[in-house]
Amino acid sequence: MIAISRFTAIQRLLHWLMAICLIAMLFIGVGMVSTVMPKYLPLVAVHKSLGVTILLLALIRLVVRLYYGAPPLPVDLPVPMKLAAQSSHYALYTLMIAMPLLGWGMLSAGAYPIEIYGGIRLPAVLHQSDALHTALWDAHFYLAFAFFALVLLHVAAALFHALVRRDGVFETIAPSLTSRH
Amino acid sequence: MESHQRPSTSNGEFSMSRPTRLSTRSLLTSLVVIGAVVGGSAVAFGYTAGWLSPRRLTPDKLLEALAPPTGVSPGHRRNHAKGICFTGLFEANGNDSVLSRAEVFRAGHYPALGRFNLGTANANATDATVRVRGMGLRISTPDGEEWRTAMIDPPFFPVSTPRAFYDLLRALGSKNPDAMPTFIHANPEFAAFAAWAKTAPWTGSYAEEHFNSLNSFIFTDSSGADHAVRWSLVPQTAPVPVSPEDLAKRGPDFLENEITDRVRSSGPLRWTMTVTVADPGDPTSDPSKAWPEGRRSVEVGTLVVQQIEAERDGPCRDINFDPTVLPAGIRTSDDPFPAARSSAYRESYDLRTAEAKDYPRTKSGVAP
Repeated sequence: MIAISRFTAIQRLLHWLMAICLIAMLFIGVGMVSTVMPKYLPLVAVHKSLGVTILLLALIRLVVRLYYGAPPLPVDLPVPMKLAAQSSHYALYTLMIAMPLLGWGMLSAGAYPIEIYGGIRLPAVLHQSDALHTALWDAHFYLAFAFFALVLLHVAAALFHALVRRDGVFETIAPSLTSRH
Repeated sequence: MESHQRPSTSNGEFSMSRPTRLSTRSLLTSLVVIGAVVGGSAVAFGYTAGWLSPRRLTPDKLLEALAPPTGVSPGHRRNHAKGICFTGLFEANGNDSVLSRAEVFRAGHYPALGRFNLGTANANATDATVRVRGMGLRISTPDGEEWRTAMIDPPFFPVSTPRAFYDLLRALGSKNPDAMPTFIHANPEFAAFAAWAKTAPWTGSYAEEHFNSLNSFIFTDSSGADHAVRWSLVPQTAPVPVSPEDLAKRGPDFLENEITDRVRSSGPLRWTMTVTVADPGDPTSDPSKAWPEGRRSVEVGTLVVQQIEAERDGPCRDINFDPTVLPAGIRTSDDPFPAARSSAYRESYDLRTAEAKDYPRTKSGVAP
């Protein structure tokens, strides 16, 4: 058995850390817009703060990905699956960077002050505009559902590689506490 | 793209000898696991979104209950839909610095933007028919913070909880003659509001109205101590009672016309901002309960209204007077209403900004 390559430790750390953050964000987002309870306020506050954090982590992750690349996919993986894997990852990176920017833009266009972590103020990146607010809000809202669907697809595919194909793909990203190489 | 990898086959790809094909049972188990994870996640997501909880009070439901029988006024706020903008100053006298470290209370002048409005979801309501009048207000400070508040003129709120407010709206909109009596029986605090509505004098001008926060908030002073407060804007223009019958003779938009004329001819209008501090044990979480007389009360400054502008092209139109937009030194208390209002106002703002073409601005800026 030839040693498999895997993602670097920093890539794996970012993946799992951001997976938790992103899934939390999707649930917080869909939950906060469906409640009028007092928890509405801390949910929104966490959503904004975490959103900016994810943006920063995603940009770091993108740089890391461009620098280190990714391990190759198995040689016997059918081409449609390879294409699906690659395009879904492009889509995930795009969404994890675009969504916080859409949120920031939407709040700016709505003339809302933008505060994160209880005191850090972010500047408005757009002037108040009904049209922009509407467009950005709609994009943020609908892309969130697309994002969740993509996450489910990603998880299903990951489990498929891990449990059915058993082709080492999952192991390239799996966290490990001891170095196996 | 450089790949960081351990020794591999010469063509850069790797292969490993895979275990023999999965048994059918293994395959089925795996697929069931995948289905359970994906399906379970989707169900959890749907539950969080409220799709599985028909009884949850959502901002959607509140807005639906607020909609007038004739339908919403597109492009307008979903409540307090009829209003007029003002700009001016808040002159803080420094007295409240002992209660709150917010910059807005340090002696000085701060730009103020606001909106006089009627407590109705119908943007075409006749002024003499709407009992509750309100004021939205935003004060901006040099440190970049904003204090937004939305106040109304009753001395206390009709109900104790957001759920009760929803029930009130449903009862008011119901064709069932038992709806209101049933509601009042379940929410006896409403009787006090009904009495106020029936007996309190009406005035002929926004200038003569009190505007009250009703909801309590927490002021934190520079030593870190918290104080539960409510605030009011007390008019410096003496209120002159006028019967609603007489008001009806003044035309459907008399309030907006009157305030515009008054400011133009007599100059700025003033309100004294008074902050009342709760004693321990006072009902801070229930805006339907006024606090007893004699509570510590501090005059913290003066709101000066200098200019009136019609809403259509005015500066207040696209501001959401969300009462939870607060500077450091002010935060929400255990009163459940600010959060509920923030949630509902958020949705109202999203809807009305999407409907801007139904409430077009006039290009020249001159009111139609």
